[in-house]
Amino acid sequence: MRIGIPKEIHPGERRVAGTPKTVKKLIEMGFEVVVEEGAGVAAEHYDDMYAQAGASLTADTKAIWGDSDIVLKVHSPQVHPSLGVHEADLIKEGGCLIGFIWPAQNQDILDKLNARNATVLAMDCVPRISRAQKVDALSAMANAAGYRAVIEAVNVYPRFLTGQSTAAGGIKPAKVLVIGAGVAGLAAIGAAKSLGAIVRAFDTRLEVGDQVRSMGAEFLELDFTEDGSGDGGYAKIMSKEFIDAEMKLFAQQAMEVDIIITTALIPGKPAPLLITAGMVESMREGGVIVDLAAQQGGNCALTKADELVIHKGVRIVGYTDLPSRMAIQTSWLYASTLVNMLDEMGGDENFAIDLENDIVRGALVCHAGKTTWPAPQQQHAKAPVASPDQPSLDTATPAVPSAKEKSKLGGIAAMIIITIALLALGRVAPSEFLSHFTVFVLACFVGWQVVWNVTPALHTPLMSVTNAISGIILIGGMLHLGTQAGADTPTDTLALILGTAAVFLAAINISGGFLVTRRMLSMFHR
Amino acid sequence: MTTNIAPTPDILVAATANASSMTGVATVAYIIAAALFIMSLSGLGHPKTSRKGNAYGIAGMLIALIATALLLTITGFMIFLAAMIPAAVIGAVLASRVKMTDMPQLVAMLHSFVGAAAVLVGFATLRDHSPLTGSALVIHNIEIYIGVCIGSITFTGSIIAYAKLDGKIGGKPLILPARHLLNIIVLLLTVVLGYMFAQAVGGGDMTKSMWLLGIATAITGLFGIHMVMAIGGADMPVVVSMLNSYSGWAAAAAGFMLSNDLLIITGALVGSSGAILSYIMCKSMNRSFFSVIMGGFGAAEGTTVAIEGEHTEINVDGTVDLIRNAKSIVIVPGYGMAVAQAQHTLSEITKELEAAGTKIHFAIHPIAGRLPGHMNVLLAEANISYDIVLEMDEINDDFPETDLVLVIGANDIVNPSALDDPGSPIAGMPVLEVWKAKDVIVMKRSMASGYAGIGNPLFVKENTKMLFGDAKKNVDAILTAYRTS
Repeated sequence: MRIGIPKEIHPGERRVAGTPKTVKKLIEMGFEVVVEEGAGVAAEHYDDMYAQAGASLTADTKAIWGDSDIVLKVHSPQVHPSLGVHEADLIKEGGCLIGFIWPAQNQDILDKLNARNATVLAMDCVPRISRAQKVDALSAMANAAGYRAVIEAVNVYPRFLTGQSTAAGGIKPAKVLVIGAGVAGLAAIGAAKSLGAIVRAFDTRLEVGDQVRSMGAEFLELDFTEDGSGDGGYAKIMSKEFIDAEMKLFAQQAMEVDIIITTALIPGKPAPLLITAGMVESMREGGVIVDLAAQQGGNCALTKADELVIHKGVRIVGYTDLPSRMAIQTSWLYASTLVNMLDEMGGDENFAIDLENDIVRGALVCHAGKTTWPAPQQQHAKAPVASPDQPSLDTATPAVPSAKEKSKLGGIAAMIIITIALLALGRVAPSEFLSHFTVFVLACFVGWQVVWNVTPALHTPLMSVTNAISGIILIGGMLHLGTQAGADTPTDTLALILGTAAVFLAAINISGGFLVTRRMLSMFHR
Repeated sequence: MTTNIAPTPDILVAATANASSMTGVATVAYIIAAALFIMSLSGLGHPKTSRKGNAYGIAGMLIALIATALLLTITGFMIFLAAMIPAAVIGAVLASRVKMTDMPQLVAMLHSFVGAAAVLVGFATLRDHSPLTGSALVIHNIEIYIGVCIGSITFTGSIIAYAKLDGKIGGKPLILPARHLLNIIVLLLTVVLGYMFAQAVGGGDMTKSMWLLGIATAITGLFGIHMVMAIGGADMPVVVSMLNSYSGWAAAAAGFMLSNDLLIITGALVGSSGAILSYIMCKSMNRSFFSVIMGGFGAAEGTTVAIEGEHTEINVDGTVDLIRNAKSIVIVPGYGMAVAQAQHTLSEITKELEAAGTKIHFAIHPIAGRLPGHMNVLLAEANISYDIVLEMDEINDDFPETDLVLVIGANDIVNPSALDDPGSPIAGMPVLEVWKAKDVIVMKRSMASGYAGIGNPLFVKENTKMLFGDAKKNVDAILTAYRTS
């Protein structure tokens, strides 16, 4: 089968749906690949590189679309500026198109494609299940966008991100607020954190709190319990009370933080408005807002898509092409998900539309002249869905919270009992005993502190040295051998014998313990 | 020799009120000794400073002994020398002869001596009539009683631990019927006897109080035997640490009865050290201290998933091939390595491989062996640099990037069912995740289970190969094959 990779025509788009590496893979899978001349130039992938990978090149856009069985695209089809035709009209009758389609916004494109009886797989409709991670282009792009959002913010932020104390004075670290802790949000947290900022994050889905904390950020919570986990790992629309509480939190945070990165999206709806003009004005001078939802209308009231707005000293970044700004690698990541998708569909030999395959069915938006979107809902377990980018975290640590809680309670009870016992002891015991007791308790604490510093490798020597030291009980025996102080009181013969025996046993311990420790320690070397 | 620094009479007068009179010189000496002991323990924080740490301990002990010797009468001093010198020689001989693999036994035996000494000191203190009265006397009696009881448990418990570690008696836990009830009865009995004892001493009845204390010694001694008998072999590191702790508490109790702060401080140091070690050991097994003490590990609680699949065998040549092709190797030693004495050959192999540019590390699970840190001592004995010997937490994340793992005589500490089988008796115990490496070779005598008595799914994993036979012989053969091929 022939695969065609046309040049992207969307203004400013640098990515391409196939790189020399993935083209080579497709050819290994048995496909024949045709690439439009100059398709990869913006991503630094030149025509000779494709030729070397085994693809044939052509300058004829119409041929790429019309002669290929499968067309791989990044952006949804649009009117070709130089040809003056809509890309969707160019596709071969009954051909196959794979790319970002956004069917909810692009009903007209679906109609055009249906008119050509095209089979269309939308990479933005891949179901978010664990098995589909390798074809999850959205996550791959969101990850890149989150990272780039921080870089763009830093670019226009007129301060340090990290804190420093220098001879000329101290610099405080910047505070970054990330709203929406999806893939993009988590990537932004990681990037901001690694640049030295103090990072906070908010999300309506409480279940992501642990992921946020695992990235080293603080998870802001409302004094309000409503879990916003919706289907497919996205957030759902929250109640009015919740939104009010949320807005209060943002207003308060806006006054504190230097950079706000918003990533809040609800599928198929305009982006929720989270940062009002008032909040923007309340920010410190030089503050930055990066609005990753700019394409869908923006989370900030003042966002303008694809523009940098400066409003009263606050910079509002509304770029919608963040992944495209790292086109070399995002092209490769995206193209790899396409390769995986084709593999999922059977490769060259067994290429077929399997409606039983939940990945294929989910992504399929047009087939045999009919719109097949949205795919029938399937119920998925929540946990794997919520963390598409962290599939294997935390599975290895079995949780036993109930036992821990119990032991905590037991610990408190024990503390109370000990305290009462000590107070009771203080009432009856003579002062001499209490002074010894003081020494005893303090020594326990000293021992506790000191021993924790012992490296595990030296635990055996520690044991033998403490063993030798505990031979100090020898002194107890000695004191029964007849001291000068007690010389005038006749010594009890039995006590004398017992004391001597104690001296004997303890002395074995002392010499044996210290010598064996010395022997062991002399062996430790680098 | 005592005349020069002999305490002045007025200090003596002040001190005679106490059975353990102490002069100002001795007090200062004791403070120095206590400080030296603390420095000794902190010196063990790092291998570099550890030798100094041991020297501090010796210095502290000498200062304490000399200061106390100065208090003795001439006769007392002669008796002291007569008992001390042969004992020191015996100790020195034991220390220089013991094999590093037999360290656990020696440590356990030495613990029993401290326990016995505590019992003896307790009885001797009782014989030396105390001039105390009132609540002070009651407390004094309780101190004696507690000291003797702890000493007795330490003594018999350590002897059983010694016998178990030395293989003189089997490692299987001995579970008496109604053992918990038995323990509770013993506990109550000890308390009742303690009350009667305090009454008897208060009434001035020496014979009766001696008898009562003797009975208490016997009962707590039996308790010590029963306690350690019920503990399985895999829990031995915890037991030895615990007895280490007890021997400290026994010394501290002796300090209380003799009003000797040095004994109290030292006892407390040793006691808390042992307690920490027990805690660390328990945590490494994900078990509560209580459940270890209650004993009966491996006595089939929980259901294990049956292990399905065939294991793959490998021969020495195949092993050498894998070693040769690996860029990074991790060696996981277990008790089996200690038993086979394979550490010296391993050291040779390590040197050859390092010279050939292979990255090589040893991974030590906290409970590998029969003593905390046992494996480290054995590897150090074999001249393996402590820099390449890593703890579980330091190395667990590296396994996915490791080409080859050699598991030598270890089983439970590399058992994946601890993580994926909630029904397993060792569920939740942190283990070395060796199966994440590219290849794993397990050297074992047979397919038999480890101490925990459970099967190990690691052995039938796809990337695991079994090399059966004596660890020492196999390791020797690997070295020869590696050199010749």
